[in-house]
Amino acid sequence: MSKLLEVKDLNLKIEDTEILKGIDFSLEKGEVFALIGPNGCGKSTLAYTLMGINNYYPDKGELLFKGEKINDLKINERAKKGITLAWQEPARYQGVTVREFLSLGLKSKGEEVTEGKLANALNKVAIRPAQYMDRFVDKSLSGGERKRIELAALILMHPELIILDEPDSGVDVVALNNIADMINYFKDSGSGILLITHSEEMLNYADKAALICDGEIIRQGDTSSISDYFKSYCGPCAKSEECETEVAS
Amino acid sequence: MNDYDMMVDAYKEAGGEDVFAESDVAHLVLERDKVLGAHKVEGLEVDAKKIAEDTVKVKVTIKEGYQIENTVHMCFGVLPKEGRQKIDMEVEVQKDAHVEVKADCVFPNAVKVQHIMDAVINVEQGGSYIYKEHHFHGENGGVEVIAKSEIYVKSHGSLVTKFDLLKGRAGKMDFDYEAHLDEHAKVDMLARISAQDDDVIKIRESAHLNGQYSRGVLDSKIALKDKAEAEIYNELTADAPGAMGHVDCTEIIKDNAVARAIPIVDVRHPEAKVTHEAAIGSVDSTQLQTLMARGLDEEEAAEVIIQGLLND
Ligand SMILES: Nc1ncnc2c1ncn2[C@@H]1O[C@H](COP(=O)(O)OP(=O)(O)OP(=O)(O)O)[C@@H](O)[C@H]1O
Ligand SMILES: [Mg+2]
Repeated sequence: MSKLLEVKDLNLKIEDTEILKGIDFSLEKGEVFALIGPNGCGKSTLAYTLMGINNYYPDKGELLFKGEKINDLKINERAKKGITLAWQEPARYQGVTVREFLSLGLKSKGEEVTEGKLANALNKVAIRPAQYMDRFVDKSLSGGERKRIELAALILMHPELIILDEPDSGVDVVALNNIADMINYFKDSGSGILLITHSEEMLNYADKAALICDGEIIRQGDTSSISDYFKSYCGPCAKSEECETEVAS
Repeated sequence: MNDYDMMVDAYKEAGGEDVFAESDVAHLVLERDKVLGAHKVEGLEVDAKKIAEDTVKVKVTIKEGYQIENTVHMCFGVLPKEGRQKIDMEVEVQKDAHVEVKADCVFPNAVKVQHIMDAVINVEQGGSYIYKEHHFHGENGGVEVIAKSEIYVKSHGSLVTKFDLLKGRAGKMDFDYEAHLDEHAKVDMLARISAQDDDVIKIRESAHLNGQYSRGVLDSKIALKDKAEAEIYNELTADAPGAMGHVDCTEIIKDNAVARAIPIVDVRHPEAKVTHEAAIGSVDSTQLQTLMARGLDEEEAAEVIIQGLLND
């Protein structure tokens, strides 16, 4: 059976700078794959490229979703196939209520929108429906609230592949637990998750991990070995080249 | 069907509530120069009479200290394809009185219609006036609206105007509102307009924060597509201590639409403060792409963002 996601020799340039270099990895159904790496190493860029965000089209390499090449599909076409991305900084919308925002994913799948479904999703991320349903998804929400609402939208959309770009940044302990619960919930239902994170805590929920550095995956394997490597060597490293050789010497 | 029924039908079609039979709700219905209905309630006077061809003079008075409980409904319009309606409106909100008015202006069949509103609004000390005006101009673009308001808000008085035109064509609109504020007076002027085809929108709003601690907000959100054009001229002047104002103009354009925003901020006292924000451009790409990542196509996503902006 084909894998949920396969990324083969992915290269991406922005203007003339190579941001992603020969990225190779794959993800099975029901698997959580963590991607860690220092600031600016290309994690979000990889997320955008997988989602098909404008201007993030690979220069080389293949993106396969359930065996089908998706390189040339637009964002919404990828979404319709079951892929979605939760941005590191979710967008804000003036005048769009939480209710409307949450309904969109259901509507685009042709599913019935009920108050019960929406409330249920909000409860799962510890957002009180009565208090938030009529609020706008605008700047008035705190960063953590906005992120939780994004997660609720994902619960309703129930995609097969979820790319979470630092879901843990800027949220409190309660939300961290919600995220963990959500990861398990999706995992149990057979969805695959690409989890971009900086947090040790989050790594515990992953089945596999990869370390990305200066646009390259320099290691992948079980989470504890990647975590150990990252902790021992990447923290103090200010350079991004030839990381392994330098560490070894 | 008589004119009154047709007006009320057009009004309901444009989203108005059917309140004209309720005895505790004041209303006024004008079709061109015909006064089709007028109903007052305790504390509120409405006088409307034809003073010239196509011209009606309306005087609304809210008596001192009266808090009018139910929103007053006004319905203005022109039913035939061609016609003209001029309303000379005088509103007096006396000391400590309060009223909220909802005005629906409907021109459902307009091909060549002109609607002129000339208003003088006086909000006396401690009075409060909320005026929500909703327009529906039909699908032909054959409406020209020329609206002029001279507004005076006395100490501790407040005025909120909210104009919206969200469905159908806008036609040609030329607005000119000017407000003068005394100490601790407040004015909020909001406009939400969606324009298309060869619609042309011109809005000039000024508020003069003359009194200490007066407050003014001018907030316009306009969505334009096709060859529509809009020019929004917002002026806030502040010359008293503690006066504070904000101008916010957001215009989203698509296709070959053209938008201009001219904010003028004039502050003449070190303890006064006026800020302005203007944003003109197409729909924000991160907003758009987030919705597309939920499965919406680009058009649908843009529509959600634009409708949100206009509902804000
Ligand atoms: N549009 C762009 N133009 C130029 N450089 C860009 C652009 N987008 C990303 N980059 C660069 O590409 C590199 C990777 O950025 P990316 O946002 O993917 O990093 P990241 O790993 O997600 O970092 P963080 O942990 O801070 O979120 C950075 O050096 C960034 O400056
Ligand atoms: Mg990032």
